[in-house]
Amino acid sequence: MFQYNKLNSELSFFQKVKKLDFILIFCIILLSAISLLVMYSTDGGEILYHTKSHFIKLLTFFSLMMVISFFNIKLWHITSYFIYFVIILLLIWVSAYGIKVSGSQRWINLYFIVLQPSELMKIGIILCLAKYYHRLKIENVNSFTTIIISLSIIIVPIILVLSQPDLGTSILIALSGLIVLWLGGVKMKYFFISLISFLISLPFIISFLKPYQKMRILTFLDPDRDPLGAGYQIIQSKIAIGSGGITGKGFLKGTQSYLEFLPEKHTDFIFTLFSEEFGFVGSICLLLIYSIIIVRIIRIGAISRSNFSKLFCFGFAFAIFVYIVVNLSMVLGLLPIVGSPLPILSFGGSSLLATMIGFGIVLSAKINHKQMIA
Amino acid sequence: MINNSSGIRKTDVINRRMFIIGAAKLIVFSGIVARLFSLQINDNKKYLTLSDKNRIREWKLPPTRGEIVDYFGNIIAGNLKVYQLHIIPEQVENFNYLLTRLKNLLQLSDREISNILKSKKKLKPWESIIVSENLSWSQFLKINNYLYDLVGVKPVMTISRNYPFSDIYTHVLGYVSQPNEKDILENEVVQQKFVPGMKIGKLGLEKTLENYLIGTNAIQRYEVNAYGKRINQLEHQKGQQGSKIRLTLDTEVQKLSAKLLLDKAGSISVMDIYTGEIIAMHSSPSYDPNSFLFGISKDEWELIRNNPLKPLINKTLSGLYSPGSTIKPIVALSALENNIIGPNFKVKCTGKTELYGQTFHCWKEKGHGFMSLKNAMKQSCDTYFYEIARLLGVDRLKITAEKFGLGEKVLGAYFKNEKKGLFPNTFWKKNNLGKGWVLGETLITGIGQGYTQTTPLQLCLMTAQIANGGYSIKPKIIVNNNPLTFNEVKKSIKEQNLLNINTKLVKNPKNLRIIQEAMFSSTNEVRGTSYRSRIDDKKYQFAGKTGTAQVKRISKRERELDLKIDQIPYNDRDHALYIAYGPYVNPRYALSIIVEHGGSGSKAAAPIAKELFKLIIDREELRDKQSNFEEINI
Repeated sequence: MFQYNKLNSELSFFQKVKKLDFILIFCIILLSAISLLVMYSTDGGEILYHTKSHFIKLLTFFSLMMVISFFNIKLWHITSYFIYFVIILLLIWVSAYGIKVSGSQRWINLYFIVLQPSELMKIGIILCLAKYYHRLKIENVNSFTTIIISLSIIIVPIILVLSQPDLGTSILIALSGLIVLWLGGVKMKYFFISLISFLISLPFIISFLKPYQKMRILTFLDPDRDPLGAGYQIIQSKIAIGSGGITGKGFLKGTQSYLEFLPEKHTDFIFTLFSEEFGFVGSICLLLIYSIIIVRIIRIGAISRSNFSKLFCFGFAFAIFVYIVVNLSMVLGLLPIVGSPLPILSFGGSSLLATMIGFGIVLSAKINHKQMIA
Repeated sequence: MINNSSGIRKTDVINRRMFIIGAAKLIVFSGIVARLFSLQINDNKKYLTLSDKNRIREWKLPPTRGEIVDYFGNIIAGNLKVYQLHIIPEQVENFNYLLTRLKNLLQLSDREISNILKSKKKLKPWESIIVSENLSWSQFLKINNYLYDLVGVKPVMTISRNYPFSDIYTHVLGYVSQPNEKDILENEVVQQKFVPGMKIGKLGLEKTLENYLIGTNAIQRYEVNAYGKRINQLEHQKGQQGSKIRLTLDTEVQKLSAKLLLDKAGSISVMDIYTGEIIAMHSSPSYDPNSFLFGISKDEWELIRNNPLKPLINKTLSGLYSPGSTIKPIVALSALENNIIGPNFKVKCTGKTELYGQTFHCWKEKGHGFMSLKNAMKQSCDTYFYEIARLLGVDRLKITAEKFGLGEKVLGAYFKNEKKGLFPNTFWKKNNLGKGWVLGETLITGIGQGYTQTTPLQLCLMTAQIANGGYSIKPKIIVNNNPLTFNEVKKSIKEQNLLNINTKLVKNPKNLRIIQEAMFSSTNEVRGTSYRSRIDDKKYQFAGKTGTAQVKRISKRERELDLKIDQIPYNDRDHALYIAYGPYVNPRYALSIIVEHGGSGSKAAAPIAKELFKLIIDREELRDKQSNFEEINI
């Protein structure tokens, strides 16, 4: 409370409301509405568990987003490292006491929500690195120590998430972290060098993958190899999307999902269901809404005066973009199946929580865009 | 620090790099849009088809089999509504309770219960288990009364094959039953149309005419989910019933044949001598084909299988018998045709003939005295035929016998179990037994013993061809398109303007006339072997020839004992045979009768002919009226 008073002395409540980005909020609400419709469809045209649960989560986390946005951006700057370490502790806790579901240990039961800390880390890593690069002098960006420290910040959570195991989320965390490094000014040649060395070590990495992960990659390369086994998800997803056509099969009329040919239709394959029922037109509209959201976040970053806000907004915008691209590429058969949800649309509390927290901080940056951070 | 130049430079770097990323994002998003475009617009058709393939599944229903009717249109193989009981496991609340209830209601055996449990394990929970294929009406009512208590039970009405005349047509029709793997693989049509629960012909015409009778499947299209469960019905496509097949058989004659052979082993065949239509064809004893429809019980099967009278053998087509004296018309005809003897040729019968130290006995121990051809036929004098056979030789005899249909299948492809029989000659013996022909064998061939083996239907065809004046006919059991009528064939023969199905079998019709007269006297003159079975009324009067086929060689001792038939063990008794045609003045029908181990032909077989001719000739008018019945393509 002490900090609250101190940090928000300049703006009154109404001034803050006025300064909110209403287009961004409208798009978020629109997406939430769409996600509820799609959940309703996955429940077979009835208001059942998924619809209800998703509605409650949307309501709660949307409120949380609004609360976060009313705090001064300075608060998030100050607590960045703290938040990062808390999430690291949660990840360690998960690896020790987490709930195990079908072979991976990713969740903590907090009774009101089953939390997946790795999802929160997607935001945590951006916060932490944004603060680190905010302070850093441009001359020191490419120094050896800086790069080692920032890489450590990325690698520690990745190791923890990979050990769960959860390849999809760790890739997303890595990408979210690396983008901040990129924005922060790390030399391009380092990126190229590491990309090349990654490609060279790829066979070596593959030998470390779990059999099911190898299978996924092989299946991605040729889904028809085993149409009833590993390739099933990709094939069925492509059939669903392809059969949607221009205008789709109509709301609640997606045969592929209704007749249970689609796997994981609430979570990773939610776009498949949406695209089957609303077709190419619907999918383009959805992409448009996402694009507007990304553009609005970038705009907030652009008008922000502090580098922390800029780095966070740009980083977060990129992260959202990556989530969408990875998820869509996966369901469209362009990437191997790695578990990755579609922001806001997919069912799942932790991912929604992380996304909403991110939006909250972005909105806070908008309200305080003129604020300088020392 | 705010206006610090490094701070500003840093902001520039961030903004510049953001711009690069923004451009990259645009490219990636365009890629995704392009992919969406290609899937949803370019390949839309392909994926729509795949999606329909996913969700629509067809269920074939068993086709309705075509009916088989007799010449008069009476259904002899039809379809009957049956009541079945199915269980749909996923709807059952308490499976054990349900089974106990059903067990009490239907008196199911423990084996049936364990079968139900077995099929429950094999099937998906929404697939129905057939508890009973054929419920009686009272059982069906009982189930319907307690239906409120039997959750998951479904009484079903369906169609099953039915043979209303039970055992009298079994050997002609065969029966249908569940096909085994081999049955399905053998027949492509069955393979295409097979659905579980379907029954196919296993024997007889039901098997050979399978592809005509089978019909087409009704098809139901359902929307199914990923697990194959039916969600809702989309379409029902009606199937077509199989073709109706009309046989040439007359149920009344068939019934009488069955009655006359009751408790005997034997066969009766009746044929139209001009059209070749088989009017009756019965093998006794028979069995009820209805027993096989739902799987025959083991006890019943054992009873049929172990019956010493061999009900499973179709004696008319697969029973091989020595023709005995019924071959004599052919021997005599062959001798006349080959100018070996004239009609006045005489032989003195002393009761036995010696040849190379071997004695050949006539059936009449004291001998017949001087015998003419007519008298030899009439009294069936063996010595006479020993002599003309010796003069004729077996090779020439075989040529005549083959012309009249011996040693060849009569109905050909229609019956898989039909046998060819055998008429020997010197060449055959050399080839098959590796030994030279012995003259003594010619002698016994001349009285229808020895190697000769004939089926009852062959004898019937032989008689028919003697009766119609020596013209070959094509026997048939199925009425096909535009069948020739009796009058058309008869007229063509009379005018010597032969139809392509008939060929002339004899050189001199006079020779055949002599044989016909001899057969007439055999039945209608005093001392004829079948004189006691004659009918004097010209309308029914028939001509015939008896035959008594030895099953084993009669030893000297047995000959001396001259045992009565009851004193001989069943399996050693002679087969009784009789061939005949009638009415004598305007012949129309030929028949052959065989009573296995019946003793002499004149006592056991000829009286049967008398009964048959009465009925057949009485039904002639009715039969002729039926000739314009609707026809079926075969």
